[in-house]
Amino acid sequence: MTAAALAGEPDTFPKYLLHNAERLGDRPAMRHKDFGIWQSWTWREQLGEILHLALGLQALGLARGDKIAVIGANRPRLYWTFAAAQSLGAVPVPVYADAVADEMAYVLDHAGVRFAVVQDQEQVDKIESCAERIPALKTLIYDEPRGLADYDMEGLHAFADVQAAGRALVAAEPELAELWRSGILAASGDEICVMLYTSGTTGRSKGVMLKAKSAVGAARDTAAFDNLSDRDSVLAYLPLAWVGDHYLNYAQGYVSGFCMNCPESAETVAQDLREIGPTFYFAPPRIFEGLLTTVTIRMEDASWLKRKLYAHFIDVAKRYGEPILEGRPVPLSGRLSYALGAMLIYGPLKNVLGFSNIRVAYTAGEAIGSDLFSFFRSLGINLKQLYGQTEAFLYVTAQKDGAVRSDAVGPAAPNVDIRISESGEVQFRSPGMFAGYFNQDETTAETMTGDGYVKTGDAGFFDTDGQLKIIDRAKDVGKLVTGELVAPKYIENTLKFFPDIKEAVAFGDGRDFCAAFINIDLQAVGNWAERNNIAYASYQELAGNPQVAEIIAGHVDATNLRLSREPMMAGAQIRRFLVLHKELDADDGELTRTLKVRRAFVAERYASLIEALYDGSTEKYVETEMTYEDGRKGVVRATVRIMDARTYPAAEAPRREAA
Amino acid sequence: MNAPSALASPVGTGAARSAPGEVLMDVRNVSLSFGGVRAITDISFDVKVGEIRAIIGPNGAGKTSMLNVINGFYTPQQGTIWFHGKERKGMRPHHAVRQGIARTFQNVALFKGMSTLDNIMTGRSVHMQRNLFWQMLWHGPALAEEIEHREKVEEIIDFLEIQHIRRTPVGKLPYGLQKRVELGRALAMEPSLLLLDEPMAGMNLEEKEDMSRFIIDVNRQRGTTIALIEHDMGVVMDLSDRVVVLDYGEKIADGTPEAVKSDSRVIDAYLGVAH
Repeated sequence: MTAAALAGEPDTFPKYLLHNAERLGDRPAMRHKDFGIWQSWTWREQLGEILHLALGLQALGLARGDKIAVIGANRPRLYWTFAAAQSLGAVPVPVYADAVADEMAYVLDHAGVRFAVVQDQEQVDKIESCAERIPALKTLIYDEPRGLADYDMEGLHAFADVQAAGRALVAAEPELAELWRSGILAASGDEICVMLYTSGTTGRSKGVMLKAKSAVGAARDTAAFDNLSDRDSVLAYLPLAWVGDHYLNYAQGYVSGFCMNCPESAETVAQDLREIGPTFYFAPPRIFEGLLTTVTIRMEDASWLKRKLYAHFIDVAKRYGEPILEGRPVPLSGRLSYALGAMLIYGPLKNVLGFSNIRVAYTAGEAIGSDLFSFFRSLGINLKQLYGQTEAFLYVTAQKDGAVRSDAVGPAAPNVDIRISESGEVQFRSPGMFAGYFNQDETTAETMTGDGYVKTGDAGFFDTDGQLKIIDRAKDVGKLVTGELVAPKYIENTLKFFPDIKEAVAFGDGRDFCAAFINIDLQAVGNWAERNNIAYASYQELAGNPQVAEIIAGHVDATNLRLSREPMMAGAQIRRFLVLHKELDADDGELTRTLKVRRAFVAERYASLIEALYDGSTEKYVETEMTYEDGRKGVVRATVRIMDARTYPAAEAPRREAA
Repeated sequence: MNAPSALASPVGTGAARSAPGEVLMDVRNVSLSFGGVRAITDISFDVKVGEIRAIIGPNGAGKTSMLNVINGFYTPQQGTIWFHGKERKGMRPHHAVRQGIARTFQNVALFKGMSTLDNIMTGRSVHMQRNLFWQMLWHGPALAEEIEHREKVEEIIDFLEIQHIRRTPVGKLPYGLQKRVELGRALAMEPSLLLLDEPMAGMNLEEKEDMSRFIIDVNRQRGTTIALIEHDMGVVMDLSDRVVVLDYGEKIADGTPEAVKSDSRVIDAYLGVAH
């Protein structure tokens, strides 16, 4: 392989693999913590692993155009499967590992996968349990052999064996390796390189097909935007099947040559993050929320001196942190206090969180509270927002360093063209744009406009400084009977800024007023209960506690006050609310696998509670079916208390209580 | 699922290896009394290589006493215990360990202030060869030995999926995880016979399911023979290959879970009858 063979910029990921193995041969490409030690592979070694795997898969019959499912946690072998499949012209289809058998069967069958590479026995069992629904799937390859030793299934292979077979083939016929390389070089960037299924916020998930050339192009643009290079490193901990993981870790990793680190297990992510200290980091707002909650709780339990120091320096950071990060003028005394704070508090805190080396961090997926956003930025972490979609292969907008706000998502990303339709919907055209939904031409046509823009389904507008602001899903924005605008997500997000509130669902479209369901945060409220000697046996009991209800009522009140200050939203203050007796759960279909509320489903499931919110009753008895982790079903019974909230007069007027 | 014939031979180091299906331990006519209290009366049963053998019975039936006899903690007044085809005499608990018998306790008995890793490491001490001098010197052979043992311990941590609590002091862990760490320490001894004293006691449903899976995995993957005492009948019937039932220190039934379940004396012992 010579550089000349790779004329021009690589336009597929396997081409980048060859390119990186040559350019960055001895630089780390992949690390994985196993048996308590970080094992690493250089780009050259990774090329070898992928070569052997590819030849092994080929020997099992994987051919151009075949679909190959990849199911499991973030493990090197699964990431290698992506490249190995792509090198043979096959299309990898990552699938959410925590999907229940039924959901998984739908996706596997819809995609028509012939091969599946899975992590462990759990996934093998799941696939086996619905094998008759996936007739095309003939070959199943597993990574971890544990528990699978005496499975007698046709077409079941150990990953290690497949790779060993590939290695033996190369040993016997070295020219196979050359053949493989020339196959990669001959491949066209116009072929589909991956199929990512959407999380299914609005119904069954759809298979988003992406072309190699556009995927590579998009990744190259954003890697340049944030100056990513082989000196960067990331921790790959996001769900493998999610576009964010595929883009941020796999695509950007191949394009810029940085090192991807796979955690030891899902439970050790926080420790692994601390050990690796990545330079590029992405997390949904939910994770930052969780971190802040943990920090706050731990500080409440700390000694007097530490609490005082923390409170003082966090205050200093609030005042000077962001201006310093953005290079704005700050008085010398402020700089000195901040430097002292960095030594005593911010540095150690960032170290504990694993954020010491972060150069660029992003959050997306949901709105982030401005306090939360500022907290992390004031510590000196360059946290920014982006707005993206699977259909765009992630980036639609991204904030530039130094022009960051919590209530907007930034201007269009490089080479992306955005416009707002007459109905207020955001539409875009981008280099990473998808080639269509697999086997759903009709849906594809519905999603595209006549002139080639993709409809995002989100309502938004451009602010005066050119940053895009997203209000809600276009179809979720509704109106009260009185004609006032209701953006449920906006209300929910305002509620969720309180650490005690984990999830909220607001209603109001076509009604007289706004009302909301509230889910308490077990960690935050549980800690409060512990400090106040309140005993509880279950989530349900804690949620039904009258004192908890009082706390939540206080938060709803504060939310109304905030809403009243925004002229657009003042009419949508919450008049009545209830604390839900059960945590909304993806296993029950109430949340998507990316943990977003499935509004229509929740509304249907809890119809009687919604009715009670609007008919003036003060409590309601409900029975709700729930699914346990092992798939069995049970029933939760509860009498849910329904409470009234104060509302405030709209904006301008001085803050005074309404009747 | 639980066909013992398909199993690999036990991993016991100090002990002689036996083929699956052979008798590993034979308890013959054992009686034990404390003064006037007869805890165990004339009990005989055997444990075969590669099986999961359960000892069940109502409260006070003599289950834990039986386990303590096997373990060498109590010496029976009558009867003999044969292990690997040899009769055991004047047994002490540390002899049991050397012969390849490890156990867990009904009430977790870990070193609370030590980390998970260190606790499991103590299970390896039986296999450590270097003397105090080398241990104090640290560098050299003792370090090499430590690394070798650490590798085994990491395998166990991986096996029991407790990577996230590797460095956590066990006193801070929830009960279910402490039980798992204790199992880990017993496994670190690489026993040919593992005694589990109420492994699911005090656990919630989810923890019980996890523990059951680990017990089955230990048995099937590592080929360890297991004798367990358990209260939860459902768990016992699902897990074990053969069950011994004790009542008031006597054996009232012995056989497969199905056979034992339908035995009228067992039903009477558990549900009670009008005397």
